[in-house]
Amino acid sequence: MSDLYKVAIVGSGPAGLSAAGHAAAIGMSHVLIEKTDHLSDTIYKYQKGKHVMATPSNLVLRSDLDFDAGKRETILGVWDEQSAEQKINVEFDAEVNKVEGQKGDFTISLKNGKTIRAETIVLAIGTQGNPNMLRCPGSDHPMIQYQLDDPGEYYDEHITVIGSGDAGIENALGLAADDAQRNVVTILNRRDSFARAKAANVSLLEEAEKDGRISVRRETSPAGVKDGELVLETRDGEDTISCNRIIARTGSQPPRGFVESMGIEFSSEERSAFPKLTPAFETTAPGIHVIGALAGYPLIKHCMNQGYDVIEFLNGNSDLKPADEPILLEKFASLPGDHSVEHWLDVFGGNVSVLKGLSTLQLRELMLDSTVHAYDPGDAIFRRSDPGSSLFAIAEGSVAVEINPNDPSFTVPIEQGSIFGEVGLISGRRRGSTIRAAETVVAIELARNAALKLIATSPEAAEAVNRIAVERQLLQMFGSGLTPKDIAPLVEASEVIDVRAGKALITEGDDDQDVYIIRRGSMVVEKTIGDRQVFLSYLPAGSYVGEMAAIDGSSRTATVKAAIKSEAIRLPGEKFAALLDNNPALREKALKEMDGRRKTNAFIESRKDQFSGVVDLYSETAQFLVDEGLGEATDVLLIDEKLCVGCDNCEKACADAHEGLSRLDREAGRTYAHLHVPTSCRHCEHPHCMADCPPNAIKRGPDGEVVIDDTCIGCGNCQRNCPYGVIRMDPKPPKKPSLLKWLFFGSGPGPGEASYAWRKEHGDPEQPKQAIKCDMCSGIDGGPACVRACPTGAAIRVSPDKFLTFTKLTEEAE
Amino acid sequence: MATAPNNRFNQDERRRNADHVSFLKHKKFRWLWIAVLLCMASIAGYALIDQEPRPNGGSWYGYTLGTIGLMLIVWLSLLGIRKRKMTAGQWSLKAWTSAHVYLGLALIVVGTLHTGFQVGWNVHTLAYFLMLTVIISGIYGVIVYAALPSTLSSNRNELTRAQMLEALTALDRQLESAAQPLDRQQSDLVISALGQDVFYGGLFARLAGAYPRCATNRALKSLPETSGQTDDPEERVRALLTKRSDQLGQIRRHLRIRAMLEIWLFVHIPATIALLAALLAHVVSVFFYW
Repeated sequence: MSDLYKVAIVGSGPAGLSAAGHAAAIGMSHVLIEKTDHLSDTIYKYQKGKHVMATPSNLVLRSDLDFDAGKRETILGVWDEQSAEQKINVEFDAEVNKVEGQKGDFTISLKNGKTIRAETIVLAIGTQGNPNMLRCPGSDHPMIQYQLDDPGEYYDEHITVIGSGDAGIENALGLAADDAQRNVVTILNRRDSFARAKAANVSLLEEAEKDGRISVRRETSPAGVKDGELVLETRDGEDTISCNRIIARTGSQPPRGFVESMGIEFSSEERSAFPKLTPAFETTAPGIHVIGALAGYPLIKHCMNQGYDVIEFLNGNSDLKPADEPILLEKFASLPGDHSVEHWLDVFGGNVSVLKGLSTLQLRELMLDSTVHAYDPGDAIFRRSDPGSSLFAIAEGSVAVEINPNDPSFTVPIEQGSIFGEVGLISGRRRGSTIRAAETVVAIELARNAALKLIATSPEAAEAVNRIAVERQLLQMFGSGLTPKDIAPLVEASEVIDVRAGKALITEGDDDQDVYIIRRGSMVVEKTIGDRQVFLSYLPAGSYVGEMAAIDGSSRTATVKAAIKSEAIRLPGEKFAALLDNNPALREKALKEMDGRRKTNAFIESRKDQFSGVVDLYSETAQFLVDEGLGEATDVLLIDEKLCVGCDNCEKACADAHEGLSRLDREAGRTYAHLHVPTSCRHCEHPHCMADCPPNAIKRGPDGEVVIDDTCIGCGNCQRNCPYGVIRMDPKPPKKPSLLKWLFFGSGPGPGEASYAWRKEHGDPEQPKQAIKCDMCSGIDGGPACVRACPTGAAIRVSPDKFLTFTKLTEEAE
Repeated sequence: MATAPNNRFNQDERRRNADHVSFLKHKKFRWLWIAVLLCMASIAGYALIDQEPRPNGGSWYGYTLGTIGLMLIVWLSLLGIRKRKMTAGQWSLKAWTSAHVYLGLALIVVGTLHTGFQVGWNVHTLAYFLMLTVIISGIYGVIVYAALPSTLSSNRNELTRAQMLEALTALDRQLESAAQPLDRQQSDLVISALGQDVFYGGLFARLAGAYPRCATNRALKSLPETSGQTDDPEERVRALLTKRSDQLGQIRRHLRIRAMLEIWLFVHIPATIALLAALLAHVVSVFFYW
């Protein structure tokens, strides 16, 4: 039995290392448990020479170890040196197998057989997880490795890659890239196709297979590892191949299961959920603390500060103010009354209904991603048609909503403690009405990500936002004249349903009579004419469908399908009809709109008989554009290839309007009937790129554009998350000589993006790679350069609700 | 009343609402109408104003037409700068191109009337003919801009230029290993096909799309007739060579269309520069030696 340490810290990343550093500094007995033979494995695994950023820049670093933006090697070097200097007690090659005991006496069993005893445990294991091990005899053989750093370092070897994902294929291709290395590369796939990998990787692999550079073995899995040999289980029985090295890329196991096995609860079942924590980072298992990425803080500085803080807490310092105190102080400085940070946190937590379930720690963190505002009576908080997907909460005062754009004097109040702006948050579309302060107002504006995180982590908040959203959406749909009381039965009976892309919400010919409001995503209306599905119209979020059947009891006249993953509010048909019966004016309005839709449908149907070619073209083009992501776009670049002469002036203008890198690839992308969708940002309603940005650098700008700001740390998550491949990672290029200098003296590379070689030769080698994408020429008067610079009118930027119409899609441009 | 939001929203909405039309139809042929009016006014002036002893570039009306023409030419030649200078502001290159085309055509009338139909072997007539050269090459440009883009698009078939070349490289690698079992004479054919520069052939070959010395096609012709057996190495090489020939065909058609879209600029631009020089000489000589 070993000594009883005061604290055992698991994981030597920035959070764990900083905790151990502080424990060493204050003389607390500690042990730092690291599963590899070096410190900070996640950063160790970064590619050589990667520039590591230190955001957020306004956060003070509170740690006994130094950290500043710089090269991976420098940072790791400093940490190695300082941890030796500070005599941090590190246990290397120690992977935790099991944790037993309770606060005061935990026993940690390691995979190598040792046990460690400690009074408390700090888990700082990050979110990377452990790679899946091979499940066959010999899976602990030293020739197996789970990572490939440099494929160029192996020669004359028989190497087998196991795994059919992109990582495995890329490793195999890298190992076989250079014939001079004379490696015999084999890749194993349990199945008969590479369905999980990118199409481009699969075709490269198939080509390599055809050339005989890689041997691809399908429906084959490893059955045993021996010295220099790998036994395979194939469809036709067992087979043995010679093998000197195995690279296993079969995915990794997220750490959640391991964490939960210690009795630690998570805030919800969602995959993105984090463990429940007290302000001192203690989990629901007393004595076990969680800090760092696993606690929901992916940035290095946050992690290091928490390492320091958790040791202070364990040392009995309960007055410690979090490191974010000065940031909050600055944030709240604009609020009236000169109050302390605590005062405002109490007001927010006490007054605002959606924040009531939060701990102080969660509230503080939420406030870091939020802004607070003070408004005078009559101030506009936001205006109709402003872009915006943030959520507002009223901490003090009340606001008035101008629901009728033609009559601003008609308003509906929203009281203290409630929220507004939720429609923009859910639909991703522009604000539906203008909202003004009715008296002096203190409001919190939660950025989209912060609001989504709140909804994901607090079930009370989710429930409250949902109820309010449904009610408001109904009021907005029916316009003025209805009160929340009128629609209460409808709200009560409503239900929010998820609709997968391509799934039908309403099927032509059915007899159901429910009415749906599309609150997120978008849908397309199709009708079978003759023997084919004809595209009738496009419905953005905020539209409602199905009212015809509810009003006249007829069967469904068309099919409504989700263009992308969507959410709809289902309203029972009879309740809807009852509401109309009680409100003749409303009935009148609904009938009028119904008539309008019938006319559009009838128009296209009548065209079908006379000009079936035109209708087919319209229908197929619309379908093509929806498939290309127009359904979730807000503003997308299209190129009419009947006009495009291929001069690439759009790309050049794009590069010249920004720092010299083009954010669009004109030639790449799909084309249908000469309408080309180039590789360029669609400015999605719910941007995929925003989903996982550690410094929250991706935002929606004032004109609805999705932009990445300078706090980007170059991690590449957005690039991987974008389904349209429009984000590139590149360092900012150097400035070019002016146009006239090029024109008269030939100096510099000329207009457009400079060649890679020129940028490399003239650029600063220290310039870090950052994510860049279309920003719709944000802040540039005149608008998008690609459109302005097109000499023939081929380049157009459109929004789906305006472009997916019969007139626009069939107009003759020539 | 809510004031207009303080952002680009209205401007962006206008853009999203805008019709999707070519430079020729821009704003319902606005610049065509302006050009027609200019021509009609010039012709009417020429016909109605009685110049003594005869219409001439040196009369006051001749000077007027000359000044208009000179200003037009200088402005038209600035398109090259406009195209490359991505400044902010409410301009569109499409509108510039539209005006460039129609006002450029109007120059035929304005310039010709300015000569008073007097031509000779001098710098003045040189400028006039240079102007016509520029305009005629420009007319060719407008015609190909209207006719060729859809062919370019169909031929590209969603492949980028880089992808076309990559596809060729991939075929070449496969051909190299597939040709190993072939006899000496046949492998030589394949080697020469692989060795030939993809971009071989001069300007004429590119414009005409004619490559009579294409080694791939020659190799394909020289291979014996098909044996019908799929695992036959000759058959495999034949299939690969056919694919290579098709891929080369696509690249060559692409190059041909691009060349036809660009060739006129090699006349249009140098002739414009020569025209500007000749105009300078023309104006200076008129003022000094008249």
